[in-house]
Amino acid sequence: MASNEQTPVLEVKGLQTSFFTPDGEVKAVDGVDFSVNSNETLGIVGESGSGKSITSLSVMRLIQHPGKIVGGTIELSGEDLLKKSKQQFAKYRGNRLSMIFQEPMTSLNPVFTVGSQIAEAVRIHKKLDKKAAWQEAVNMLKLVGIPAPEDRAKRYPHELSGGMRQRVMIAIALSCDPELLIADEPTTALDVTIQAQILELIKELQEKSGMAVLMITHDLGVIAETADKVVVMYAGEVVEQADVKTLFKQPLHPYTQGLMNAIPRHDIDLDELEMIPGTVPTPQNMPSGCRFAERCPYARDLCVEKHPELATPSNNVDEAVTTGQTRCWIYTDEWDGPNPTKGVATNQ
Amino acid sequence: MTTPLFEAKNLQKYFPVKGGILNRTQAQVKAVDDVSFAINPGETLSIVGESGCGKSTTGRAILRLDDPTDGEILFEGQNLMELSKSDLRQKRKEMQIIFQDPYASLNPRQKVKQILDEAMAIQGVVSKAKRPERIRELMEVVGLRPEQAERYPFQFSGGQRQRIGIARALSVDPKLIVCDEAVSALDVSTQAQVLNLLKKLQKDLDLTYLFISHDLGVVRHISDRVIVMYLGKIVEIADKKDLFDSPRHPYTRALLSAIPIPDPSKSRERIVLQGDVPSPMNPPAGCRFHTRCPFATDICKTEEPELRSTTFMNETHKAACHHIEKIAETEKTSIV
Repeated sequence: MASNEQTPVLEVKGLQTSFFTPDGEVKAVDGVDFSVNSNETLGIVGESGSGKSITSLSVMRLIQHPGKIVGGTIELSGEDLLKKSKQQFAKYRGNRLSMIFQEPMTSLNPVFTVGSQIAEAVRIHKKLDKKAAWQEAVNMLKLVGIPAPEDRAKRYPHELSGGMRQRVMIAIALSCDPELLIADEPTTALDVTIQAQILELIKELQEKSGMAVLMITHDLGVIAETADKVVVMYAGEVVEQADVKTLFKQPLHPYTQGLMNAIPRHDIDLDELEMIPGTVPTPQNMPSGCRFAERCPYARDLCVEKHPELATPSNNVDEAVTTGQTRCWIYTDEWDGPNPTKGVATNQ
Repeated sequence: MTTPLFEAKNLQKYFPVKGGILNRTQAQVKAVDDVSFAINPGETLSIVGESGCGKSTTGRAILRLDDPTDGEILFEGQNLMELSKSDLRQKRKEMQIIFQDPYASLNPRQKVKQILDEAMAIQGVVSKAKRPERIRELMEVVGLRPEQAERYPFQFSGGQRQRIGIARALSVDPKLIVCDEAVSALDVSTQAQVLNLLKKLQKDLDLTYLFISHDLGVVRHISDRVIVMYLGKIVEIADKKDLFDSPRHPYTRALLSAIPIPDPSKSRERIVLQGDVPSPMNPPAGCRFHTRCPFATDICKTEEPELRSTTFMNETHKAACHHIEKIAETEKTSIV
């Protein structure tokens, strides 16, 4: 899509976020890199405990005690956000970068009208007076497709449906024209017909404003339909990244392959779903080698002993699909023998 | 034709809305409104729909966990509505339920073996002496280690808890199991494990499932027949293949087209429905879907459509729409 020359809107390098519990340090995010350009959507996909939400909260600097960002850099259009003081960063949050959450009921304040909640953001960041801010709030509600915006602005969150509330959240997030929108499971709590409306809305607004979008989800279907590039996370690490077409055409990492074959599809019949045995390792006893090794059908001694790096595949892969990166020994020169995942058909 | 294991006839479940100084009933929420279906032995019948369509209420009503307002529920020919409380309890061992939330549906202060033991003790299906053996067996059947029965629910992951919920349902040797969003709270990789387990158990133990879900992918994977509900009514019922390959009701078609497909190379036309589901307290007159339906005409606003089949549909395939023929017609022309 966008050329590689431009400065990315968001560039995260070596991000490490840990929680300091009485039982010791829990590395929830352990060395994550990615970047998003303007007008581009990066999807971060993973299951519970993969660290995808902690990654997004880290970017917003919303990690709370006992959690702490312990390493790495987060740059917004070249500026290091982690170097900013709390007061400085407060001017960025909700203004140049903003976020929408999964649960539109709990992220809105129940005792204020939705209009006043949008106006608050505008007043703080755009320095508008009360009346102009209210007008702006009504305009935003109109922009996100809420019918009768003048009237709805005076309503309280409980008077709106789930889909409407999520539209209000989007209105608040976009009221200050952010460069980056982080959407953390924005449609998970919604019904599919409403999900389709909301995803369409985000896409439309992105086309208008050119903002970068970070789409965090567990749903590979949502990823396939919204993302340009994808990062797959597992146990606090990126295990694979590629552009969306490559990832779905030829997933490299055995975890990505397993995930794709585990989804029941409504558009095709499958005899049996492939299962990934076992569960995600707990942060307390994280394996020292590959973190997926104990659930991986192809694991060897090498995988259990040594931790693989995220790298461009140099072995066991067609020339055509070397655009992405993966964290698996199979695709390195240290792996002798053929690719054991060859011939593993994905659901297509 | 086989005799159905279970039948619901004109099932209704209304919830009163109370208010005012005298706390009188001011309105009724018609959560399930005149729903009829039958489940054959050994099959999986699914009910799909969005929140508020009445699918879970239907599941609870047929087990009389919430007593239906009206209608008949027949299990092996016997009307459950006529049973006394104690007779009904006896009957419940034939019909079990697995709930959505594996965290809320297990008593946190009981060990797994106590949870399983209690179910068997209440139903009196296994003598006390034989229960430890049966518990070991049940643990193995659902893919857990027998010694894990000594643990408490919080020591298990979500997927493992759902296995315990399944073991509890199986402990009394039921014929029918209602699975109410049984895999919805699980991650895809664990969801696949539980779905495969449910399928295997059905084969091994001759179980019949009523599978309630909002996820059409899961439903396609597990069902033989599917019911689609909207605002308390059945809008379409069909064999799985018919429903997914040639959906007839405009709501079913919109629902299918709204689900994201995990394959970016597949492009297709999406029907994005406008607006929200209307309130079940005050459902639209005529066809309840007419406020959001792209094909709606005047007749839809006044006359409620019956579930029906037409010449080009299998006789087991029924949809409640005035315009089945017209919609099939437009489809033909749009393909050409």
